Amino acid sequence: MASLILMPALSPTMTEGTLARWVKKAGDTVAAGDVIAEIETDKATMEVEAVDEGVIGKTLVDEGTQNIAVNTPIAVLLAEGEDASAADTVTRSADPAAGASVAIETPADPGIVEAPEVAQAENDRDWGETSEITVRQALRDAMAAELRRDEDVFLIGEEVAQYQGAYKVSQGLLDEFGEKRVIDTPITEHGFTGMAVGAALTGLKPIVEFMTMNFSLQAIDHIINSAAKTLYMSGGQMGCPIVFRGPNGAAARVGAQHSQCFASWYAHIPGLKVVAPWSAADAKGLLRAAIRDPNPVIVLENEILYGQKFPCPVDEDFILPIGRAKIEREGTDVTLVAFSIMVGVALEAAAILADEGISAEVINLRSIRPLDTETIVRSVKKTNRIVSVEEGWPVAGIGAEICTVAVEQAFDWLDAPPARVCGLDLPMPYAANLEKLALPKPEWVVDAVRKQLRD
Amino acid sequence: MDETPSASGRSNGPALSPETMKRAYRDMLLVRRFEEKAGQLYGMGLIGGFCHLYIGQEAIVVGIGLNMKQGDKSITSYRDHGQMLVAGMTPRGVMAELTGRSGGYSHGKGGSMHMFSREKEFYGGHGIVGAQVALGTGLAFANRYRGSDEVSIVYFGEGASAQGQVYESFNLAALHKLPCIYVIENNRYGMGTSIERASASKDLSRNGEPWGIASRKVDGMDIFAVHEAAKEAMEYCRSGKGPFLLEMETYRYRGHSMSDPAKYRQRAEVEEMRRTRDPIETLKAEMLRSGIEESVFKDIETDVKAIVADATEFAQTSPEPDVSELWTDILVEA
Repeated sequence: MASLILMPALSPTMTEGTLARWVKKAGDTVAAGDVIAEIETDKATMEVEAVDEGVIGKTLVDEGTQNIAVNTPIAVLLAEGEDASAADTVTRSADPAAGASVAIETPADPGIVEAPEVAQAENDRDWGETSEITVRQALRDAMAAELRRDEDVFLIGEEVAQYQGAYKVSQGLLDEFGEKRVIDTPITEHGFTGMAVGAALTGLKPIVEFMTMNFSLQAIDHIINSAAKTLYMSGGQMGCPIVFRGPNGAAARVGAQHSQCFASWYAHIPGLKVVAPWSAADAKGLLRAAIRDPNPVIVLENEILYGQKFPCPVDEDFILPIGRAKIEREGTDVTLVAFSIMVGVALEAAAILADEGISAEVINLRSIRPLDTETIVRSVKKTNRIVSVEEGWPVAGIGAEICTVAVEQAFDWLDAPPARVCGLDLPMPYAANLEKLALPKPEWVVDAVRKQLRD
Repeated sequence: MDETPSASGRSNGPALSPETMKRAYRDMLLVRRFEEKAGQLYGMGLIGGFCHLYIGQEAIVVGIGLNMKQGDKSITSYRDHGQMLVAGMTPRGVMAELTGRSGGYSHGKGGSMHMFSREKEFYGGHGIVGAQVALGTGLAFANRYRGSDEVSIVYFGEGASAQGQVYESFNLAALHKLPCIYVIENNRYGMGTSIERASASKDLSRNGEPWGIASRKVDGMDIFAVHEAAKEAMEYCRSGKGPFLLEMETYRYRGHSMSDPAKYRQRAEVEEMRRTRDPIETLKAEMLRSGIEESVFKDIETDVKAIVADATEFAQTSPEPDVSELWTDILVEA
């Protein structure tokens, strides 16, 4: 049956083109793959190949014709043994399979489709008896517990096995779980992260340790393009249950390349979860939740906190929900929102403010994505003021997000513009005095609160 | 490997049974006709964005596929339609994904470059050049971790062989003796840049040498050669000896993607390859020599055309994804 050859789209953006030259004429026999014409697009001159065999019945546009819209019939192709007169009778509807009459309808604009509500995580429960342990021990215990619980969990990274962890976080794990499940790698972040993500796509549950999160930049393509997006791109078939963890932010005088907070980088990505523990309980509860989570989770630890002791529940089942903040100190005059090591700074600021008769409420975010906006907004409606505290840079940082949440969801309750306390907007200096000047301290928070109360 | 790799792995004539040759011919023709149709639908505006066709390279994926068993995993770049069809994914589901419809493998949310099938152990479909090499190494890692003898097949182009993570992966795979077959589909052009202009290494089959990775250079236009090399690589990997590298010398007839005017090579070069080296014609000639009758090819052609026509119909009638799909599959419910 005769069919129409249509003006093809030869690039993702082409809507029309010029028929520069007919290579085949009426009466010529063509096979699939033969060049039949040359078409000029806005970008280049392209050759049009026949996709079916047959005889060119007639051409419908002349050489040199400009602005031919995509899908306009440009020639008639006759089937084997068909008479040339068939070329005159073919219509657009004659052969839909050959591409003539397919209606490409633009669907009605559905408007803005609202994101579904994030399910509220379970309430904090009382886990009973606690003991004082370091954050380092808490992280180790969390990994050990999950390695015991699930054979599919394994730990991989530089110096995690024989060396017992560059920061001794994986102390003893090789002895208990063996080299199959506690795996030293060469210094090859891009490679071992990609390998771990591939393993996770099959259902294994890797814990990838970056010696510091700075080195995750070598592997960020796999974290974002491979781990975070595959579930969506596969229509829900292929999830990626994986944890990326390591110390984040400034340590002590390690210079610009080893002192950076990645909270806002990873919080930006749909398909990832991001947690940032402060205390030992946070570390243990959130890391266990991260390992059990069927999604890719970034765990932002802090080197300076590794050695600090906090009370941590001894209950073997202790775990925390991802997506829920904790009010570390209740107050009535201002809300201080912080995560990781800055929770300690905010608590110190709250103590100073208390001496001045100002009652500050301190929220430990615990989770950066999803963000517990409900707890933040409820607090702001009570205190009418909010100051975010973070170690990272100000531009497009987590503080910008928190202040926006307050403005969008509690504008009428605000008695002062929301304020941000951030690390200074510069690469981290090495000199002791300069480094000290670059990082937020309680006095900065106190000053921000005083300004809110004064203005 | 100190044996000199030969351009053609064929030694004593066809090593394939008539039934296997028929199956191979049918699969190669299916990929060819499917891709021709995809090109046509692209021209009609029914497929959008990027679309990279496999035409010319069919012998590679089909020849390797003949040696795969249940549980073997595969992963490739964005030139992925052929791999999916050979993995056993349905032409309907693949074509409907190309047209962005709900009947596609990713419900229309992936497109030509991003398709997966957990059931068929096909792990994509990756749009970032070289990313699939590290990911595929991870598939092999998972095989080993689970104690199976399954093999991971990792396809990438000669263009991707310039990426650093390829060599990070070689090191990891060799270090852990992972059951991974790296297949370089050397079609001579990384988009518009010829291999001569892109690689100081002139023999890509030797790119795994520093890590002691066994390898073969193979005539990727000859399914017998591909089959023989794949068989050797599979046995090597399955027996726990570690990774294997196959450099397949091949050629793509079409541009890098649909929007490539292909001005970096002469039309005559393409014509010459099609005329003298076409993998489907090469197999057909061998089959005719072995006494298979002409009618067999007609029947296969009819059969394949019907499959592609059915897939095309499905891909145009399957509805667009429901707007509710916008917000699903971002996270797995914990």
